[in-house]
Amino acid sequence: MSLKVSAVAVFGALPFAIAAALALANRRFFGKNVIDAVLHIPLVLPPVVVGYILLLIFGTRAPLGAWLLNHFGIRFVFSWTGAALASGLLTFPFQVRAIRFAVESIDPRLHAAAETLGAGWFDRAANLVLPLALPGIVAGAITAFAVSLGEFGAIITFVSNIPGETRTLPLAIYAALQTPGAEAEAARLSALSIVLALLGLALAELANRRARAVTGP
Amino acid sequence: MSIEIAVRQRYGNFDLDAAFRVERNGITALFGPSGAGKTTVLYAIAGLLRPEGGRIAIDGRVVFDEAAGVFVPPRERRVGYVFQDARLFPHFTVERNLRFGWRRSANPMPETGIAGIVLLLGLAPLLQRKPANLSGGEKARVALGRALLASPEVLLLDEPLAALDAARKNEILPYLERLRDEARLPMIYVSHSLDEVSRLAQEIVILKQGGVAASGPIFDVLTDLRLPDFTGASPFGAIIETTVARHIASSGLTALSFAGGELLVPRMEHAIGTRLRTHIRAEDVMIALEEPRAISANNVLSATIDGLRESTPEHIDLRLLCGATPLIARITRASGKRLELRQGLQVFAIVKSVTVAPQIS
Repeated sequence: MSLKVSAVAVFGALPFAIAAALALANRRFFGKNVIDAVLHIPLVLPPVVVGYILLLIFGTRAPLGAWLLNHFGIRFVFSWTGAALASGLLTFPFQVRAIRFAVESIDPRLHAAAETLGAGWFDRAANLVLPLALPGIVAGAITAFAVSLGEFGAIITFVSNIPGETRTLPLAIYAALQTPGAEAEAARLSALSIVLALLGLALAELANRRARAVTGP
Repeated sequence: MSIEIAVRQRYGNFDLDAAFRVERNGITALFGPSGAGKTTVLYAIAGLLRPEGGRIAIDGRVVFDEAAGVFVPPRERRVGYVFQDARLFPHFTVERNLRFGWRRSANPMPETGIAGIVLLLGLAPLLQRKPANLSGGEKARVALGRALLASPEVLLLDEPLAALDAARKNEILPYLERLRDEARLPMIYVSHSLDEVSRLAQEIVILKQGGVAASGPIFDVLTDLRLPDFTGASPFGAIIETTVARHIASSGLTALSFAGGELLVPRMEHAIGTRLRTHIRAEDVMIALEEPRAISANNVLSATIDGLRESTPEHIDLRLLCGATPLIARITRASGKRLELRQGLQVFAIVKSVTVAPQIS
């Protein structure tokens, strides 16, 4: 459950993260700082508050939530897709930061060279920026994935703790701790969580090294 | 093919206001000290910079006209640019780098054209390598090939040799010479090295403090007595076009013919008929009023003084016409006074064979 939620969260947010990173990197425009700040809000807000805000927007009685439910049958509340939405939103800044850093570390002089060879903006984004930033994108996704595995507050607030539907790893650990006699279960799940976190960090480091190898001399 | 260039751009300490025309295929050097605005002019031609004023037209096609509000983006200008730092794409192989512009060209050249350029620049052994595994000279050649494969109408070269050591420079120069002679394409070559320019260029535009100080065929501009003013302390002397006329086995000399006489140099290996550009430094030319008989120098050329200039408090520079070929001589003011040199005087220019350095052109 946890892996599915995190994977959907990370890959669902990826296109938006790439778009946001490309828009913010190496450019100045009116309102850039505001957008930058808004993107970082999930990082500084207590996750419970994010969950509450999501509830206000996507709750079945909230206008948007009701509209989605009536027209498309999409219900985020109390469903695993809602958990993915909350995770994706909370880990979005991690992805944007990693991708933006990778994009900004690409030598801007290569753009001038590509332009004189006939490449327009989208062409350069697809053939120059994304391949060169790929290691950064992978690193960002892995970091976001690891962080989203640990997401608790927003999920429990927004979609509750439903076994088999929205019970991710941290929620399962929490539930086990609340149940008398399930300490062994909690310890086992915690160990799993530690292994996953370490694995994520190792993969992210590997991606970083790869990044340096590609953009190096 | 002609390129009209007028660029105005204000800087902190000086104004760039340069206008010139390039009327022919081959290499036109844009020469000047660092900070004279050379790269700015190239950026403006390529469209990588929008100048504050001016007009640029390539073969009548206006790509920039401030007054008319025309600014064609770089990718639509068909202007090739070879950067000083090569700027190869690090994630592509040499082959993909080469084909980058070709694939985006409006009328891509046929595969035989690609093969021709790969051959011309000796790129075949490099095709599968990544830029990180190339030497500086190899990178410069790949950058040249990449720009050429995009079928540009003009090729801009921004000090492509400046980052290379002398050995690497000598490795690239023959490729540039072949390119100049074989590619029917105007090239604007930015350099602050008069040596490179005098070896490669057919025309020269000298920029000084943001303006065009002199321009014209290289043989004329380099024998303009005001040249030291434009170039500062750069070496000064005439470049003459010569052809290997004969080898004289008995004396170990080679005779080079030029419009106005013959020049004897230490024996060279080049075949008879080879065209060589020969640099004769102003300091290496002696002046005599009477033809000297017993003298070690092999070259005693009859010449007319075409112009004199007191270039420094100690020196006089002379422009001599040897037939139709101009030569430059630098002598002390004391010598000039003693010989009573003046314009129109018939003299003998004496050039030691060992000071002459002919190069293939």
